[in-house]
Amino acid sequence: MRGIFPLALLVLIIALLPLLEPWTEVVLTLALAKGFAVLGIIVLLQAGQVSFGHAMFMAASAYCVAFLANRSGVLEISLLLPAALLCSALMGLLVGLFVVRYRYIFFGMLNLAFSMVLYSVLEKFFYITGGSDGMRVPRPLLLGQELERADYERWLFYLTLTLAVLLSWLVWRYLRSPLGQALAALKTNETRLEYLGVSARRVLLIAYIISALLAGLGGTLLALAQGLVTPEYGYWVRSGELVFIAILGGAGHVAGAFIGALVYEVVRLYAAAYAADIWQLILGSFLLLIILFAPQGLVGMAQHWLRRRGSPP
Amino acid sequence: MTLDLALLALLDGVAYAALIFMVAVGLTLIFGVLRILNVAHGSFYAIGAYTAASLGLAISAMGLPEWLSYPALLLAAVLVGGILGLTIERLLLRRIYMREEVLQLLVTFAVFMILEDVQRLLWGVQPYFADMPLRLLGTTEVVGVFYTRYQIMLLPTAAVLILLGLRWFLRHTLQGKLILAVTEDREAAQAMGIDANRVYLVTFILGATFAALGGALASPTTSMLPGIGSDMIVLSFAVAATAGRDSGRYGHCSATHRPGSLIFDLPAART
Repeated sequence: MRGIFPLALLVLIIALLPLLEPWTEVVLTLALAKGFAVLGIIVLLQAGQVSFGHAMFMAASAYCVAFLANRSGVLEISLLLPAALLCSALMGLLVGLFVVRYRYIFFGMLNLAFSMVLYSVLEKFFYITGGSDGMRVPRPLLLGQELERADYERWLFYLTLTLAVLLSWLVWRYLRSPLGQALAALKTNETRLEYLGVSARRVLLIAYIISALLAGLGGTLLALAQGLVTPEYGYWVRSGELVFIAILGGAGHVAGAFIGALVYEVVRLYAAAYAADIWQLILGSFLLLIILFAPQGLVGMAQHWLRRRGSPP
Repeated sequence: MTLDLALLALLDGVAYAALIFMVAVGLTLIFGVLRILNVAHGSFYAIGAYTAASLGLAISAMGLPEWLSYPALLLAAVLVGGILGLTIERLLLRRIYMREEVLQLLVTFAVFMILEDVQRLLWGVQPYFADMPLRLLGTTEVVGVFYTRYQIMLLPTAAVLILLGLRWFLRHTLQGKLILAVTEDREAAQAMGIDANRVYLVTFILGATFAALGGALASPTTSMLPGIGSDMIVLSFAVAATAGRDSGRYGHCSATHRPGSLIFDLPAART
């Protein structure tokens, strides 16, 4: 439980920041929403598997929200959210059944293939999905109440933050449960895991569905915050970005997902504002530096620093 | 009418397949030998295309003979493959051969992001177009459908030449045999005194050159926009994955062993 104090402090700062600087509210919501998908990547990284297609679950649940809101007229957020999550979980199960048979590069590439199939479907069937223009998501109701824009954004931000804390804790518990430990065992020695009578595929499938759910939650919140969904949500570069953030934050810790996402969005925001032509170049170089010199990510660096300070020389 | 359309789609497919094949061969070659899936491969394609177009435009601007635009395509590929391949392998990949697969993949992803912006800085976001090599060869009639000779003759011929050339190179030259040896068993090869690092460098440059050549040859047929690289990478992944599923065992040979990947590309043609 060490290190809970800095994290609590961080959550408090994030919760108070929009009160002081209102413009940060949307940025923080978007960053945290992305953080959920990164958390999903981190779950799979515990098993040593990297998915290069997780943006597909973000796209799936985001489009689920858009379809429900536009076609079925469901505008109630307490219905939209579970429905979108169900959608991404189902898709996670469906895709998962195929991909858990593969490992390493093939796992990653098969995910990429599935995500590009979804991307193409969303882009080409423009009668149904609006093509590359995407679909608008009307501002939903909260328990039957219509909210003003400012109230809605504030409410969404605190919902996102609460969910981030809650799910970080749940995932943390999951990774420490026998089921989560089996994931780590899958990374170290899959054969031995099988000899113990544990089905590696099932362990990975459960983790995959959990990670799809997390990515789906991220996609849902993103769609609700932005009010627009486009096929771009599921493009492979987005998936690569998620893996990038996971490594940036630190793949060994659940908090790494959200810290990585926050830092990523801030760097991106400033890079886009001050060097609009080369923001990808800056982010790419940043990623190279992290990989070459700090492969444990930001959380790993912080832990290292805390430990050095905490222990007497 | 519909028959014509089908034929047109088929011809389009053949021309496009030849291009994807070149990119995918490079990708498989690199994956087979270095065991790194190169996400930046699409960028080599894009930058090869832009460089070829720039050279072509420069040739017509200087009033040089028009046939020079063909060697210019080749020159562009060699330039891009050589410079980018050499820099990236020496500066980055060399440091991460022993690291986790995830990190290797991410390094090439970072390179992709950087090159994407480099390409945007050098050539801007306006569409680029240089179709001199396409016009020079004129069109031909295939069963009632008119089609450019460049696409229907030159591209497939180039692809087949690469297929045969690479096969010959790997089986009958010393350098090719060294590559095969390192793919088969790196440690044993090193014990025999083979410089594996050099083989890695040569392979990477070769693979990058193939991708750049694909781009250079594609440049007369389309207009170049930001994003062509990231679209191409997905297609070539698909081809590489289907053509060389067991590349672990056969090494990079799978791409050259199976002209089937050429056929596979047909349905992947633009719709």
